Formats: sequence, structure tokens, C-alpha cells
Amino acid sequence: MMTIDLNRVGAKGAIAEEAEGKWGMVIDQDICTGCQACVAACAMENNIPFVGEEDAGYGRTMHWIRVERFWEGEFPEISTGFQPMLCQQCGHAPCEPVCPVFATPHSDAEQLNLQVYNRCVGTRYCANNCPYQVRSFNWRDYQDSRVRPEMAILANQFNPDVTVRRRGVMEKCTFCIQRIHKAQDKAKSEGREVEDGEFTTACAQACPANAITFGRIDHPESLVSQLAHQDRGVKHLEELNTLPRVTYLKEG
Amino acid sequence: MTATSKYFSGTEKPHETQHEEEHDPRQYLMYDPKPRGEMNAMVMESMLTTSWKFWVVFGILSVLVATCFFYAWGYMIAEGLWVAGVMRPSYWGIFLVNTVFWIGISHAGTFISAILRVFKAEFRRPFTRAAELMTTFGLIQAGASIFMHLGRVWLAYWLFPLPNARQLWPNFHSPLMWDLLAITTYVLGSTMYLFLPLIPDLAMARDRSTGWRKVFYRILALGFRGTEGEWRHLQTAMNFFAFAIIPVMFSVHTIVSWDFAMAMRPGWSSTVFGPYFVLGALHSGMGAVAVVLFIMRTTMKHMDYFIRKEHFDALGKLMLIVTFAYSYFFFNDYIVQWYGGDRWTDTLLHWLEEGPMAWMFYQLIFFNLALPAFTLWNRKIRQTPWLLAIIGLLINLGMYWERYLIIPVSLTINRMPFTWKLYEPRIEIFLTIGTFSMFLLFYMIASRLIPLVPVWEVQEGQMTHTLRKVGKAHVPTVSEFE
Repeated sequence: MMTIDLNRVGAKGAIAEEAEGKWGMVIDQDICTGCQACVAACAMENNIPFVGEEDAGYGRTMHWIRVERFWEGEFPEISTGFQPMLCQQCGHAPCEPVCPVFATPHSDAEQLNLQVYNRCVGTRYCANNCPYQVRSFNWRDYQDSRVRPEMAILANQFNPDVTVRRRGVMEKCTFCIQRIHKAQDKAKSEGREVEDGEFTTACAQACPANAITFGRIDHPESLVSQLAHQDRGVKHLEELNTLPRVTYLKEG
Repeated sequence: MTATSKYFSGTEKPHETQHEEEHDPRQYLMYDPKPRGEMNAMVMESMLTTSWKFWVVFGILSVLVATCFFYAWGYMIAEGLWVAGVMRPSYWGIFLVNTVFWIGISHAGTFISAILRVFKAEFRRPFTRAAELMTTFGLIQAGASIFMHLGRVWLAYWLFPLPNARQLWPNFHSPLMWDLLAITTYVLGSTMYLFLPLIPDLAMARDRSTGWRKVFYRILALGFRGTEGEWRHLQTAMNFFAFAIIPVMFSVHTIVSWDFAMAMRPGWSSTVFGPYFVLGALHSGMGAVAVVLFIMRTTMKHMDYFIRKEHFDALGKLMLIVTFAYSYFFFNDYIVQWYGGDRWTDTLLHWLEEGPMAWMFYQLIFFNLALPAFTLWNRKIRQTPWLLAIIGLLINLGMYWERYLIIPVSLTINRMPFTWKLYEPRIEIFLTIGTFSMFLLFYMIASRLIPLVPVWEVQEGQMTHTLRKVGKAHVPTVSEFE
């Protein structure tokens, strides 16, 4: 039977982690070109549905990572900023305590925010309370070829390591937890620890500019932790005390 | 000395006679008694007389409930939530607006029948039941609206603490969980509190009816015969419930407000939301009672005997007080946030006052703050039933806009400007019509089945109020019943 260490349960019921967490990500906004390769790779890896033009236009895109564009200045003296936004895997996540059915628990082993699709009843409270607005809701059976016949062929490209969600449940970025588990299992069978850079998330793998780096943020010698501790490193909405695990390297 | 007494006697005398002409005590229900048999017969007649107009309205509402409530909801369950207008960032839409609105309406019943009973306000007597029914019927619509909003409503029982093989309990850290428990408590408590004062009237109806009605009332009256012991037990139980339901009423809407206030969002995380919501609930509830009383008085037989100008007058005064209390919390909420200068809250407030929904914001201020505060001062307006009903209706419209601004419109503004988008209701409009129709339909059914006027309470009141003859004058006197 699971026990809860009461010393680690914060006032909001979420497990408050003083440390930086386990897995972390660094996104260099200076070299991000806004090419959306990460968005496409993430959709392929995690079986994220394509919602179609109409729903996407109305604000129902389901991508777990989105590239936000910000324009500065007046045409023609204009500069564009890109900000890839994904689940920050907060150490002190606002989405966790508000779920009435425990569908958004915190993983003690991986120190990530989990989403239990089977348990979710779709109150959408977590999405409301997410300051980063990175949760996506299955408004309909986008993947079901009985509902959308055009999905029949696309269903062949599903990633077998990741489940397909039906309508009425919330989902969000998992830091490619299936890849984390695969790497851990491989390392364990070979009797060693997971090495830095041995695997990475789909978005980091696809990024042509190498703007995304993923790894162990709690290992001081890992690449991600060295990048994160530069002067350029900032965390989004840090003032909310959410303890995000994603560090952004601001434009120079 | 003599001059002053002369002065007083000289002015007071004509004034007093004029006063007495204006205030004939028999215009008050309590000083205008009728024999008990006659009054019982009046209430029975009001329940049994059904005109063709009733069936026309009943038919229209039934069709609306069947199509806009059951068919539309079934369609939404079959198709998924995409037929509704909810999206990112407005993950909550009109369903939650309706929930808060109906819970607000339901507060009137408890306020009128519990708080006014505890404080022994005599004008409450003829309309406690009509207000109490509002609690029960309003909560049914609120509950239905919550379930409509769920993504997977067929799994809604997971919200309840049922034993299961995985030893999974609901998350008691979640404000939604508190909400569910508070509303469940309120439904159970208010239904029992509706039923207890109904028992003597059901017994009265049982003794005066035949056929299926006799069976119906015999079952519901629980064998009440009106003995001394039965009355004592009933009084004890009612007293107990009247006191117990008051804190429940305050807690329910506070907890509903916590769904928003506990969240980490600009415009929502406000410490004053609890009392602000409670007062908002009373504001819309009082307005709804005025509307219901007006409809009862104009459509049902003999109701002009039971529901008089004095009741509209008293209700108007209550509405005025609630308006001021509501204004107090309204300005506390908005001005403090305005001056707080938080960047996101600032953006939100500017969005409210000059965005596309600004008309809603200004209507809210006019209907909820200005209109009742400037009109209800006037006794003539308070005593005109249709005017009071219109003011009540407009207050409810304003309160509906208030909840609409708090939920989908405020949700538009979050800390990620890239996602900002305005919500457009789709199937929600039909489902809203469905809940309103069902609420009215329940009222119509109830008006045929149970006495909408608590006869025994009116009779009890009339026994304590008497007009004593002192010389040629009739002096109103009140005696303590207990």
C-alpha cells in the first residue's frame, strides 16, 4: 500500500520538491527558428490528433508543444520572437491539486506530472488552472476512423508505445516518458546508469537548430544542467512558485 | 410647555387619522382572517382549477424540455463536447455559468424560509413554500449543468467516494470535490426542509380529496393527524432544520466561489469572492422570488388573498438591502483588483470594460447596482407587483451576465497571450433554454400537486394577530405563540 510522506506534501496537496527535479529541458530562444519541426515530431511520437482546420481555428489544437510567435516593432522594421511552449513539469504544479479524481498525480520516481487518461472524467479544471495553458482536451474522437473516415489511413502510423486517447479526457506533454522508460530499461539490463545524451525527447531530436536540450537537470555535469545555469537562463512565470523544469535561454 | 403640547396635538391629530385611513389593518393578511375551512377550500381550489392556458404553456415547456434538455444533452453525449463552444482558453463555459446561476437562485428559498423564520418575520408566511421550491428545483438544474459540463459524464460516479478495488478515493484537495459535497448536503438538507412544513398541508389536502390524489397525499402525509405531540415533534424538527440550513446555505455558495477563487488566474484569485458570491446569490434569488410571486398571483386562483401588496413591499425592501450589500462587495472586488496593479488583472479589467463584451459589463452595473438602488426606494414601485417582477427579472439578467463575465469572458485573459480567444456559445444556448424550461415546468407540476401556500403557517400567524376593539378603534395586537 502506498504511503504519503506528509513532510513532503505542500499546502495545496501537491508534493513540493525543493530540488530542481530529475528530468529537465533547456530551450534556446536565440537559435529557435520557429520551424515547427518539434510540433510535428511530437505529434508523430505521441499520437496527437490533427483536429482539422475549423477546430484548430477555433482554439482546439491539441499539440503538446506549440511555437508562440511574438512580433516586435512596426513593419518593415520588425523582429520575430519564437517561444516553444510545452508542459513545464512543475515541481509545484497548480494542475495537480484541483483534479477531483486524482487523474493528474505527481510521479515520485520520475518527478514529472502524470496524466492518467483512464481516470480522467473531463472536468477541465487542471487546464483552467495551468498558468502556461499547455493542456489539451480531446473535444471529440479525432482519431476514431468511425467518426472521421479520413483517419483510417493515418491510424497506421500510430506509435505503438503510446496510447490513443478517446474523447472527453485531458492530455499533455509527458517529456516522452515512454522514451525515458525505454532508456532506463536498456541501461538496467546492461547493468549501468542512463548516460547523458543517450536518448532525448522527440521535440529535441527533431530540432534542426538544436535549440532543445533534454536530460538530467539534477546531474551538474550533464549538458542540460550546464546550459540551464547560464546567465541567459530564465523560467517562465517563476513568480507563481510553480518550480518549472524547463529553462528558457533568452535571446541575446 | 403648554405651547409645545398644543403644537404637537395640533399637528398630530389630523396626521394620525390620515395615517389610519391609509393603513387599514385589514389590508394585511395577518389581520384579515378567514375561517379555516374556507381558507383550506381556497387553497384546494387554487390547486385543482386548471385552465386551458395552463396546458398550452405546459405543452410548450414540455416540448422545450424534451428537445433542448434531453435531446440536446443526448446529442452532446453522443457527439462529444466539440458541439459546445468550450475551447482553449475558455475550458469552462455556459454550463458552469448555469450552475452558479441556479445555485444562486436556490439561495432565495433558504433565505426566505429559514432566516426569516428564525427571525420571526411575519410577512414570510404565505410564500415560504414557493421560495423553498425554488431551492430544490434550482439545485436540480445546477446539478444537471455540472454533469453536462463533464467530458465523460458516464463516469461521473468516480467523483463520489465509492469503495473500489484500487483503493482510489476522490481528491479531497480539489475545490470541485468540496463543491460536490456541499451541493449534495444542500440538496438533501433543503429537500427535507421543504418537506417538513409540507406535512400538515398534505394532511389537509388528504382530508379534502378523493381518488388518486387521496392515495398520493396519504402516502406523503405520513399519517399526520394534527395531535399535540405530532405538532411538537414537527416544530422541533423544523426549528432544528431552520438553524442547521443557514450555515449550509452560506457555505455552499462560498465553496462554489472557491472553485474560482482557489484557482491561479487573474481575476479569479480574490479573497472577497466568498461573500461576494453569497450576496450575488441572494440578489438573484430575491429577484426570482418577486417574479414567481407575481406569476402565482396573476395566474392562480385566490392568490390575491394570500399574496398582497404588503408582501411585495417587504420583498422590495429586502431586495434594496441586498442591493446595497451586493454593491459593497462588488466594489470591494473590482476596485481592490483595479488598484492592485497586477499586470494580468489590469489587462483583464481593461478587457471587461472596453472589449467586445463591455456591453455586458455595463448592463451588469446598471441592472444589479443602479436600477434596484434607484427604484426600490419608492413605495409605489415596491407595491406594484408587475414593476417589482420586472426589476427582479432584470436583476437576474444582470446576475447572469456577472457569472458570464466571471467564467468564459475572464478565462479569455490568461498569462499566455498567445492563446487568448473569445468564447462563443453553441449548443449551450439550447441547453440553457432547456434548464430554464425544466425549472418552470417543475413549478407548474408542483402547483397542481402540492399547496403552494403553506396554509397552516398563515393560519398560525392569523391566530397570533388580532384586532382588538378599543372604543371605536381597531387596534392591531400581536401575541407570542410559543
